[in-house]
Amino acid sequence: MKRLQHLYTPLIDNNPVTLQILGICSALAVTTSMTTALVMSLALIVVLVASSMIISAIRHHIPTSIRLILQITIIASLVIVADQVIQAFAFDISQRLSIFVGLIVTNCLVLGRAEAFAMRNPVGLSALDALGNGLGYGLVLLLIGFVRELFGAGTLFGQTVFPTIHDGGWFTPLNLMLLAPSAFFLLGLLIWAIRSVRPAQIEPVDYEISIEPNRRAP
Amino acid sequence: MIDLFVRSIFADNLILSFFLGVCTFLAVSKRLDTAVGLGIAVIVVQTITVPLNYLILSRLLAPNAWDWLGLGGVDLTFLSLIAFIGVIAAVVQVLEMVLDRFVPALYRALGIFLPLITVNCAILGGSLFMAQRDYDFAESVVFGLGGGIGWALAIMGLAAIRERLNYADIPAGLRGLGMAFIVTGLMSMGFTAFSGVQL
Repeated sequence: MKRLQHLYTPLIDNNPVTLQILGICSALAVTTSMTTALVMSLALIVVLVASSMIISAIRHHIPTSIRLILQITIIASLVIVADQVIQAFAFDISQRLSIFVGLIVTNCLVLGRAEAFAMRNPVGLSALDALGNGLGYGLVLLLIGFVRELFGAGTLFGQTVFPTIHDGGWFTPLNLMLLAPSAFFLLGLLIWAIRSVRPAQIEPVDYEISIEPNRRAP
Repeated sequence: MIDLFVRSIFADNLILSFFLGVCTFLAVSKRLDTAVGLGIAVIVVQTITVPLNYLILSRLLAPNAWDWLGLGGVDLTFLSLIAFIGVIAAVVQVLEMVLDRFVPALYRALGIFLPLITVNCAILGGSLFMAQRDYDFAESVVFGLGGGIGWALAIMGLAAIRERLNYADIPAGLRGLGMAFIVTGLMSMGFTAFSGVQL
C-alpha cells in the first residue's frame, strides 16, 4: 500500500522532530511529565489533521500571494478551539501546559505540513500525512516524557513507579531531569540513537580535515 | 524593573529555559553573521510587538474593555491568540516596508530574516507570557527588550560554538543536529546559574 507510506515513514525514517527539525519548541517544554506530553500530542494531532484537511480541501481556491496568512488564520482558529476545550475539561493540565497550547499556532510542524504537503495533495492523503507526522511528533514527546518523569520524579502518569526517598522509598530523584537542560541532552542522545540505527540520516561533513592522511572520515 | 530586565535576558531566557524559537535557533545558527542578523531582527520585533499587544489586550480584548460603548460584560480574551499573531504579521510587514524606505542598508542585512520572524515562537511566546503574567505597559516594554536580547545572545553564542565545532572530530551519528542539542543543553545549564541573581 503506497498510500500508507505517508502514515508510517514520519514515525522514524522521516520523523518531524528528530530529522526535519520541526516543532521542537513545544516538544521540549511539555515533556516534564507523561500526562502533559500526551495531552499536548493529542492537541497537536487534532489541530494538524484538521488544518491539513481544511487547507487541502480549499487548496485550489487559495491565491498564492496570501496563502500564508490564510493558513495561519485557519490554524489559529483551530488552536483556539483546542485551547478552550482543554481549559474546559482539563483545567489543571491546561495550567501546566501554560502558553504552549497557544504556541501550536507558530509550531513549524503544522505550518510546514500545510505548506509542503496539504497545498499539493488531495484531502485523504493530506489527512494520512498529517496523522503520520502527528504520531511521529507524539512518539518523540512520549519517549522523552517517559525518561524525564521516570527519573526526575519516579512516577509515570502521576503513578509511583520508583518510591522516592522523600516518601520513605529508595530512589533519589534526579532533579536535573525536571530542568530545561536535560530535555536538550535527551533529544540530542535520541537523535544519536536513531542515526546509529539509520545511518542514512547522518549529516554530511561540511569541512574535511586531514590531520592524519591515512585516516579519513568516510 | 532592572531585575525583570536581567531576569528576562539570563535566568528566564526564552530559548534556554522556555524552549521558545528553538526551530529557528537550530536552523539559522550555522554561521555567526546570519545569527547576528536574525538576533537583531528578533530584538527589534520583540520590543515593538510585546507593548503593542499589551495595548491591544488591555484596550480591546480585556473583560469590560468595551464598557464605554455601552457593551458591558463583553469578554474577548479568547481572541487574544489570533489578535497577537495578526499584530505580529502586520508589524513585520510594516517594519519591512519602513526599513526598505528609510534604512536600506539595514533592510538588506535583515532581508530574509524578517518574514521568518512571523512564525518564530519566541515572538508569539513573548506576547503570551506578557498576557499570562499580567505585566503593565512599562514592564512589557522591558520584558520585550530583555527577552529579545536574551534570544539574540543565545543564538550568537550557539552560532559561534558551532562554527568551531566544524573542526571537531564528532561521532558520525551525533554530527550536526545531535551535537547542536547537546551544546544547547550545556549552555542552558550555564544560564540556570543566573537564576539566583537578584537586583
